[in-house]
Amino acid sequence: MWTGLAGAALACTAYDHQSVLDPVGPQATSTRQLFYFMMAVAVIVYVMVVGALLLIIRNRRTAVDDPQSPAREASAERTIKIAVAIVVPVLFVFLLYDFAVARVVGRMPEGSMLTIDVTGHQWWWEVTYEDPIPHNIFHTANEIHIPVGRPVRIKLASHDVIHSFWVPNLSGKKDLIPGHADDIMIRADQPGIYRGQCAEFCGLEHAKMAMLVVAESPDAFTRWVELQRQPAQVPVDSVAVAGRRVFESGSCAMCHTIASTQAAATVGPNLTHVAGRMTLAAGTLQNSRGNLAGWILDPQTIKPGAKMPANALAPAELQALLAYLETLK
Amino acid sequence: MTARPLGEEITLPPAIDEADRARLHATWEPVTGFMGWLKSVNHKSVGKRYICTALVFFLLGGLEAAAMRAQLARPDNTLIGPDLYNQIFTMHGSTMMFLFAVPIMTAIGIYLVPLMIGTRNVAFPRLNALGFWMYLFGGIFLYTFFFMNTGPDAGWFNYVPLSGPQYGMGKRVDVWAQMVTFTEISALVAALEMVVTIFKMRAPGMTWGRLPLLVWAQLVTAVMVMFAMSSVATASIMLGADRLIATQFFNPAEGGDVLLWQHLFWFFGHPEVYIIFIPALGMVSQIVTTFSRRPVFGYPAMVAALVATGTVGFGLWVHHMFSTSVHQLGQSYFTAASTMISIPTGVQIFCWIATLWLGRPVWRTPLLFVVGFLVVFMIGGLSGVMLASVPFDVQATDTYFVVAHLHYVLLGGAILPLIGAFYYWYPKVTGRMMSERLGLWNFWLLFVGVNVTFFPMHILGLRGMTRRIYTYPQFMGWGTLNLISTIGAVIIVAGMAVFAVNLFVSLKRGALAGANPWGADTLEWATSSPPPPYNFVNIPVITSREGIWAYGEEIPVMTGLKTDRPETLITTTMTTQPLYKHELPAPTLAPLGMAIVIGGLLTAGIFTPWGLPLGSLVVIIPFYFWGWPDKKEHERNLREERERRGEAAAA
Repeated sequence: MWTGLAGAALACTAYDHQSVLDPVGPQATSTRQLFYFMMAVAVIVYVMVVGALLLIIRNRRTAVDDPQSPAREASAERTIKIAVAIVVPVLFVFLLYDFAVARVVGRMPEGSMLTIDVTGHQWWWEVTYEDPIPHNIFHTANEIHIPVGRPVRIKLASHDVIHSFWVPNLSGKKDLIPGHADDIMIRADQPGIYRGQCAEFCGLEHAKMAMLVVAESPDAFTRWVELQRQPAQVPVDSVAVAGRRVFESGSCAMCHTIASTQAAATVGPNLTHVAGRMTLAAGTLQNSRGNLAGWILDPQTIKPGAKMPANALAPAELQALLAYLETLK
Repeated sequence: MTARPLGEEITLPPAIDEADRARLHATWEPVTGFMGWLKSVNHKSVGKRYICTALVFFLLGGLEAAAMRAQLARPDNTLIGPDLYNQIFTMHGSTMMFLFAVPIMTAIGIYLVPLMIGTRNVAFPRLNALGFWMYLFGGIFLYTFFFMNTGPDAGWFNYVPLSGPQYGMGKRVDVWAQMVTFTEISALVAALEMVVTIFKMRAPGMTWGRLPLLVWAQLVTAVMVMFAMSSVATASIMLGADRLIATQFFNPAEGGDVLLWQHLFWFFGHPEVYIIFIPALGMVSQIVTTFSRRPVFGYPAMVAALVATGTVGFGLWVHHMFSTSVHQLGQSYFTAASTMISIPTGVQIFCWIATLWLGRPVWRTPLLFVVGFLVVFMIGGLSGVMLASVPFDVQATDTYFVVAHLHYVLLGGAILPLIGAFYYWYPKVTGRMMSERLGLWNFWLLFVGVNVTFFPMHILGLRGMTRRIYTYPQFMGWGTLNLISTIGAVIIVAGMAVFAVNLFVSLKRGALAGANPWGADTLEWATSSPPPPYNFVNIPVITSREGIWAYGEEIPVMTGLKTDRPETLITTTMTTQPLYKHELPAPTLAPLGMAIVIGGLLTAGIFTPWGLPLGSLVVIIPFYFWGWPDKKEHERNLREERERRGEAAAA
C-alpha cells in the first residue's frame, strides 16, 4: 500500500510537501502567520520609501529652488523625525509578536508524548522508536511514521558531522550537532506524507539526504508499529532463501542489520522492514525492484560518494537477493 | 558656498614653477619602469593594482557562480558532480568575501583616502605594499590549489567537524585556512595604516566634523576589521592546528566544542558583511552629495549611523546560529540587536532621499546606480529584518530564501554602489570619463539581472529548497524558478560584460576629464586627473564641511614642505593643527621580498609543522633589508646635522 502512496507522492508534485507555506503543525502554522504579518509590513514600508524616492525623481527640482533653503531643510528634518518615530514602534510591535510566536514554537504541544531518536549519518537518517520496554524498541531509517494529532519529541544526535532536521510543513530546523544533544517538538494535525531534507551542509551527498514523515491515523500508526516490532519474515520461497544466504554471506551483512538474521552490523540503515519503505537511499529513489537492483549494483552512479560500495553480484545472486529483500515488508 | 557646475575647471592650487613640479615628481617617483612598478610604495599605484586584482577575482567568483547556475538550471542535472560543485560553491563564497569584496573596498580606501584628506601617501607606505603582495599571493595560492583539484570544499564557513581532520579530506581545508591567513595579514595592515592615516594626516582644518563621509566609513570599517579579523585568525589557526598537529579544539570526543568554531567564525562573519557594506554607504553619500549639488542632509546623523552600524554589527553573530541549541533568552537578545541595526541604515536612507529632494539632482550614471542601490538593497534589508525573527529564521535559514536575502544585500548594498563609484571616480584615476551610454546599458542589464536571478530564490526557499545542494529531483517542482534564476544570471553576465567593455574602451576613448568633471566638493577633485605621484603640490587647507565648494577660484594651501624629499604633514588628531613634517620612505623591494618569504612559510605551513618556526627565522632576512637605512638619505641627514651644528657654533 505504502509503495503505491509513495508513487503518488513522488510522481505528482512534492511542491507543497516540503514547504513553509503549507503548514500542518502548530509551530509551522504560527510561523507562517508571523511571516505574512512581516511581509505585509515590509511591503508597506517598501512602497512608501521607494515611492517617495521615485516621486522625487519624477518631480526633479528645477534650478530656481535654493538647495539649502532653511525652510525646506526644516521640513525635511521634520519628515525624517516622523518617519523614524513610526519605524521604531513598528519594530517594537514586530519584536513583541516575534517573541510571542517563539513561545508558541518553543512550547510542547499538549498531550502524551511519543519519543523518537533521530541520528544523522553521512548521508541518511537513523530512526529509533523509544519504548520503556527494551523489547519494544525498534530501528528504521529515512522514514518516520507519526500519529496525527499526537505531539512527538524527536531527540537529535549526530554520528559524524553536523546535520539539520527540517520538515518545513511541521516546524523549523534544528541542527544535529556532535556533542550537543538536543530535541525538537512536532505535531502533525493532518494526515499526509511530508518530505524533509538535511539543511546543514554535511559533505558530498548533502543534496541527497532526505526523509519522509508519514502522519497517519492513530490506528494505522499502531498497526505500523506492531509490524515494525516484528523480526524479519523468514523466507519460504527457495529463491528468497538463497537471497538471504547472499545477504548473510556477502558484503551486505558487514554494514546492515536484518533483525533475527546473522546480519547485525550498524554502519548502514537497518533493513529489517526495508520493503515497507517508500524510498531508497535517503529519499533518493522510489522503492521498486529495478531501483533496488540499480542501487545495490552501482550506488556510486546514483549517489556519488555514498558510503555504500558497488556490489558485483552474479545475475542469479542479484535476483535472489532482490526476491529476499522484497519479502521484508 | 555654491556647488560647482559640472565640467567647470578649477584653478589648481597655486602656481609653483615647472622646475619645482618636476623636482616633486622625481622625489615621489624616483624609480620608473618595471623595477619602479615592483618597488612602488605609492598609495595610488598600490591602490590601482589592488583594485585590478580584486576585479580579476570578481571575474573568477562570477564564473563560479555562473557554473553553479548552469548546474541548477534543470533538475537532476549531471553537468557538475558533487565533488566539484562543493569546491565551486566554497570557492565562490571565499573568493567573493575574502578576495573580492573586502579587498576592493579596502583598495578604494587606499587610493582615495589620502587624496580626500589632503595628504601625499598613507602613513605606512611599505606596509601598504606588503599588504597588497600578501593579498595577491593569497589569491594565487588558493587558485593554484583549486586548479589542482585541491580547492576547499567545506563551504566558506567551514563548519567543524566536516572541515576537521576526521572528515575534511586531503589538504583542501588547510588551503582555505591558510588563504584566510594571507588575506587577514593584508586586511589587518591595511586597517592599521588606514586608522593612522586618518588620525594623523588630515589636512589642516579637516576636523572630525568636516571629514568626508567616505573617509568616516573607511575609518569605521578599519576599526571593525581589527576586531573581526582577529576572531577569524584565531579560528583558522585553531582549525589548522587541529588538522596539522592534532590539537583538539573542536573535537567533542576530547572535550573540544564544535560550536566554538561557529561562534568564532560568525563573530567575524557577520561584521564582515558590514565591512563590505559600510564603505559602500560612504560611496553613496559622496555620490548623492555631488549629484544633488548640495551637502548631504543630516551629516551628524550620517556619521552617528555609520558608527552605530559598526558597533551594533558585532552584536548579531548568533543570528547565524538560531538552529543550533542556543538558549531562548540569548536568542531574544540577538533578535532585538538584529532588528535594531536596521534603524541607523534607515536613517541614512532617509537622509539620502532628503538630500535628493532638497538638492537639484543631476542624472548621471553614478546617481542612477545609487537609486538602483536603494531600490534593490531595501528588499534585502527588509528580508533581513524578517530573518531576525527566530521562528521565521529557523524555517528560512540554510534555504534559498537566505541566498536571495544575502545577494540582495551584497549585490544591492555593495556591488551597485561600487559600480556607481567606478563611474564616479574613474575620471579621477584615469583622467578620462566612462561612457554614459554604455553606463545606461550596464545599469539596466544589471538591475534587471539581479532581480530576475535572486527574486525567485525567495520563493524557492519558502518552497523547501535548501542551500548548497548540487542537484534536486524533478518532482520537487523547483525546476521552473531555477531556470528563471539562471536566465537572470545570463543577464547579469551581459551587464558585467558591458561594464568591462566600458572600463577598457574608456581608457583610450573616453572624453578627457579635467580635475573636477563632476564639480564635486571633496579634496581629491582639487588636483589633476590622474593625480601626480605627490597628490598635491601644496597641502590644501579646509575651512568648512563643504570642502572645496567653500572656495572661489583659489584653494588656500599650506606651504613649506621640501620638494627634494618625500615629505608630508602630520597634524593633531582632534584639531588638525600642523605638528611636524614627516618624511615617508622611498620605493623599495623589501615589501615584495617580505611577502615572498611569508608566502613561502605559510605554504610550507600547511604541509609541515616546521613551516612556521623555521619560516619565522627566514623572515629576519627581509626584515633586515626593510629596516636598513637608505644610504643617500643617511648621508644627507649627516650633512644637514653638520650644517646645523656649524650654524649653531657660528652663532
